[in-house]
Amino acid sequence: MNTTTTLILQAVGFVISATTAVIVLFIVLNGLLDRTPKHWEKRLRAYAFIGPAIALVSLFYVYPAFRTLLTSFLDAGGNSFVGLKNYLSFLTDENIHTAILNSVLWTIVAPLLCILFGLIVAVLADRLPARWESLVKSVVFMPMAISFVGAGTIWKFVYDFRPPSRPQIGLLNGIFSSLGNDPQAFLASNPLNIGLLIWVLVWMQTGFATVLISAAVKQIPRELLDAARVDGASELQVFRWIVLPEISSALTVVLTAIAVVALKSFDVVYSMTDGNFRTEVIANRFFKEAFAFRQFGRGAALAIVLMLMTIPFIAINIRRYLARRRTQ
Amino acid sequence: MTSRDVEMVARTQARVQSRTDTWKINHLGSWIMIRVSLLLICLIWSVPTLGLLISSIRPASEISTTGWWTVLLEPSRLTNLTLENYRQVIFESQMGRSFINTVVVTLPQTVLALAVAAFAAYGFEWIPFKGKEWVYVAFIVALLVVPFQVAFIPLVRLFAFFGLSGSFVSIWLAHAAFGMPLNVYILRSFMETLPEEIIQAAQVDGASHLQIFWRIALPLSTPVLASLAIFQFISVWNDLLIAMVLLGGSPNVQVMTITLQLMLGTRGQDWHLLTAGAFVTMVVPLIVFFSLQRYFVRGLTGGAIKG
Repeated sequence: MNTTTTLILQAVGFVISATTAVIVLFIVLNGLLDRTPKHWEKRLRAYAFIGPAIALVSLFYVYPAFRTLLTSFLDAGGNSFVGLKNYLSFLTDENIHTAILNSVLWTIVAPLLCILFGLIVAVLADRLPARWESLVKSVVFMPMAISFVGAGTIWKFVYDFRPPSRPQIGLLNGIFSSLGNDPQAFLASNPLNIGLLIWVLVWMQTGFATVLISAAVKQIPRELLDAARVDGASELQVFRWIVLPEISSALTVVLTAIAVVALKSFDVVYSMTDGNFRTEVIANRFFKEAFAFRQFGRGAALAIVLMLMTIPFIAINIRRYLARRRTQ
Repeated sequence: MTSRDVEMVARTQARVQSRTDTWKINHLGSWIMIRVSLLLICLIWSVPTLGLLISSIRPASEISTTGWWTVLLEPSRLTNLTLENYRQVIFESQMGRSFINTVVVTLPQTVLALAVAAFAAYGFEWIPFKGKEWVYVAFIVALLVVPFQVAFIPLVRLFAFFGLSGSFVSIWLAHAAFGMPLNVYILRSFMETLPEEIIQAAQVDGASHLQIFWRIALPLSTPVLASLAIFQFISVWNDLLIAMVLLGGSPNVQVMTITLQLMLGTRGQDWHLLTAGAFVTMVVPLIVFFSLQRYFVRGLTGGAIKG
């Protein structure tokens, strides 16, 4: 208990000193600026405000990223230059092929399924009384509060498998065997296991999709929907020709946001199969190469591959930002 | 009315009647369909977590021999429910200590990250300087989705160089840095909605940027700051990857996600401990979720809405 108290005191101490340090830093900088010539003052004052943030990001994010690029051209220990050897070795590595293929699959399938369920919940729950609607949305959103490892545990328990001679304690095998089938080692049977792992991410992220889609659905003017219905449009037609176009920009946002999460996703695979049974993904392979095998060169090269795959999403974000700036 | 008119009215009435009938049937059909499909979805989304919760309070001997749903089918088993698994996980395994470690990792960096981000957001929005948009796009917008993995290998060496390997300080700094782009981005897009006249009026009255920031911008941004604080808190609480890379598994710094992960690896069939352990890691985020749901949802979706 003593160490616990020390730890808590340490943490409290750090919070107080860090906050004070930040505030004092800004006050000192501001005071100094009041005494600098007008010409410099304006520019420096801006730097005083954004400086600490840029310094943190540069030192711990941007600079290491460039070092990783360099390391990706070095050997396992990170000492001598080997050119493109690490990248070329991926071309003949079966495990890397599986990892890249699976990551692409995750990036495409997970966002689409989240959107499908998000649409169903958002559109259907919109017809319920307000209290029920918010209850349904809470239930679907709840997994977003849980860690990926926690969700991994929850679903590993659902997928649990015992030999046929013993009672099944996993829900899925419980249902499956009560229907007269032999129990299945779901997480070991490829390619089904890839889908079962992706499902965990879908289960976690659908709440996010639901909230954004539901907000967009509620923006659609009621008169527009009523007018279409009076004109004899079926519900499906109303959905296809009015609702869908009206919420398309929200759908793009959800699609790209979840795609990035799926591309980077590591914890689900790491905690449920660790990439065994052909479920490897890039982020998990990166961790293995870099921190289990200590192959720094290959690890760095994999990180760069992952980075390259996010470039389309970076471009989308920058374009969206610039477009928003221009309209102001 | 002529007989033709009567006939026409009757026909119209019949047509309207039959249309209302089909509408009623359709309406009833869709009324049922909506409720059935939503009920099904809610079950899929809640039953797995419920199964975990129920299992965590069942005796070890029962968990390994019968499915958790038997509790619902044979209520006599309810009397066997116990908190023994929690006692074991918290006091006889690493989980109790890891809980404290997670708190120590999570709280300080939330304050640090948001304080620095708030200053930067104000600077980017309200202090004009040359090349501002370039700096903003390069350091904030471009980094919004860059995978952290790209920084890990050199980062481990950098902290080793400063003698901070495996220390709480290293993970505080890393989380603050990794969360910075999103925090600045959301705060700035909120601060740009502050009325320009107020800021200008304050400037005319001779207020410095520091005063305007402290007295006007910051108080007005409280709701966003609250959402972001919750988001930063939860995402660090739930983080596994960064903790594994920077802190590792040594017991005095091990966080709960790592403890749970290690239990999954070494005691993969001890479901009485795994279920209780998993619930210990989830309880704080779930409390935050149920008590601060509005802020929580806004925090998790804010970035995307503004984007």
